[in-house]
Amino acid sequence: MAGVADEPLLSVRDLAIEFDTLDGPVRAVDGVSFDLRCGETVGLVGESGCGKTVTGLSLLRLVPEPPGRYAGGSIRFGGRELLALPEAELRALRGRDVAMVFQEPMTALNPVFTIGSQLTEVLRRHRGLGRREARVQALALLERVHIPEAARRLDEYPHQLSGGQRQRVMIAMALSCGPRLLVADEPTTALDVTTQAEVLAEIRRLQGELGMAMILVTHDLGVVAETCARAIVMYCGVIVETNATAALFAQPRHPYTLGLLQSVPRVRETRLAELPVIPGRVPDLRSLPPGCRFADRCPRVSERCRAEEPALTPIAGGGQVACHHPQP
Amino acid sequence: MTTPLLEVRDLRKHFPIRGGLFRRIVGQVKAVDGVSFTLAPGRTLGLVGESGCGKSTLGRAILQLQRPTSGQVLLHGEDLAALTPPELRARRRQMQIIFQDPYASLNPRRTVGQAIREPLDVHRIGTARERAKRVAELLDVVGLGPAVQDRYPHEFSGGQRQRIGIARALALNPAFIVADEPVSALDVSVQSQVLNLSARLQREHGIAFLFVSHDLAVIQHVSDDIAVMYLGRIVELGPGGAICREPRHPYTQALLSAVPVPDPQQRRARILLPGEIPSPARPPPGCPFHPRCPLAEARCRETVPVLRSVAEGDGGRQVACHRVPTRPA
Repeated sequence: MAGVADEPLLSVRDLAIEFDTLDGPVRAVDGVSFDLRCGETVGLVGESGCGKTVTGLSLLRLVPEPPGRYAGGSIRFGGRELLALPEAELRALRGRDVAMVFQEPMTALNPVFTIGSQLTEVLRRHRGLGRREARVQALALLERVHIPEAARRLDEYPHQLSGGQRQRVMIAMALSCGPRLLVADEPTTALDVTTQAEVLAEIRRLQGELGMAMILVTHDLGVVAETCARAIVMYCGVIVETNATAALFAQPRHPYTLGLLQSVPRVRETRLAELPVIPGRVPDLRSLPPGCRFADRCPRVSERCRAEEPALTPIAGGGQVACHHPQP
Repeated sequence: MTTPLLEVRDLRKHFPIRGGLFRRIVGQVKAVDGVSFTLAPGRTLGLVGESGCGKSTLGRAILQLQRPTSGQVLLHGEDLAALTPPELRARRRQMQIIFQDPYASLNPRRTVGQAIREPLDVHRIGTARERAKRVAELLDVVGLGPAVQDRYPHEFSGGQRQRIGIARALALNPAFIVADEPVSALDVSVQSQVLNLSARLQREHGIAFLFVSHDLAVIQHVSDDIAVMYLGRIVELGPGGAICREPRHPYTQALLSAVPVPDPQQRRARILLPGEIPSPARPPPGCPFHPRCPLAEARCRETVPVLRSVAEGDGGRQVACHRVPTRPA
């Protein structure tokens, strides 16, 4: 055993996930590799269809099979290979070691059971608590995520709660067994901006207190900047850049990262006449160009980019970029 | 001082709540509760607020898509709220709407060309040939090109569908467009393309916009003036730059501080508001914001603050808050 302490909590290598469609298999995730250490927060960021959500789901092996298929690679979590784990062991792992928070808490919560019964179910199943003890714990969890009048909420149904409170319940449920990894998929996208600020503050606080690792899947660069220590930028099923958040935002190296950062409207001192844009559109995953997937939209494109797909390579001073001509 | 194209005076839209055995009216949702503002030709007023604040209802009540409960909507000095349906139909040429979800607002069984031609057909404008020419021209203007006109909405991406929605809104050369969350469903890189397109068209055609969005950064980018709504009322109104630089109303301050900034170096002090937005069916007495307001005092719980100027030469800024002092010039 070469130093268990050195081994990352999560290690994803060359992960490939395909979906069967009427036009044949489509690779939604194509050779994704990254590591996550205990207690680390990483933002998985990109636009619709870039593969960020599928990557997030795969960490709990929740990609629906079929039409989805794990077409290659490996996901090692706490020294175990998730892609080889039998369903029974996966079920024990989900919720206990790896927990997930989804975008839409209304669909993730069961509308016909009370908040209390859904919370106690998790506690009784994974932690083997008795009915009474589970209820005490459930109450403590709701208080921990700052739900007002928690005791009354236990006996209410999901529709009686506001969106922000439902998301707090989801977070309470996800944290109920003290997971080592939390995967949060657009946890605040459906919320209003003032509620989002509160929920993000809550997630940050709990993540720090519990020391769990977190993967935050989001399209919102602002949310990544404020929540994550490191960011992974995806485009068309591949990672194009990863770095410490501060470095990534201060000096984006991939032209796509730069374009994305520039095109976000932000509250500024003076209005811009025009927003910088990334020209063109995301290519169809069914007919990807040879070479770099961003080539057709890239201001730095060369002939090499159209022939040879760039690999993710380390950059001086930390981070990795998949580009033949990275920004200086 | 330009004459306003649009003037909204004390507009209200209340929805009845029915209940009980005989479906009697048991309450009112005051979705829009006394809103007044003016909009000059070719200018953009950004209307920002969180879900349920009444911003979309306000847009629809102005266009008479939902007839207001009371108040006036003057377009070129004529009160739309007082017009009969046939009179109103004739005025619809001057005012159009762009919706958030261009997929839901386009008929999936009609081609894009038909969808864009429809307003011309309805208002009997031009001959068949002239209409065809106009459709081709509009598709050019929004950057799709006339070749796509025989295709169906499902063949387009979200950003392209929003361009179709814009082409359709432009078909009748309107003077005024309500854009209801037009880029909220789009990805960042597509969003910036659509925002630039609508800014260019506004400049070229001198269209006035009421731009409705929950996203303060988008609102600031597109707007000359900004109106911040909370629970059916405007709480702050004024030039966009001034409001974002120096928000006066405590709700605007909290809203601005809550916007995530895509820059880890620039982290602002966040104002976290306690509690949640009250239901518009049971608004609190006094200032609608007082239960969550860090500055609330006794009078805030009793009297509703009116929208008023707080300082001379503040670019016409108005604030509805008891706690913002009036400053002399």
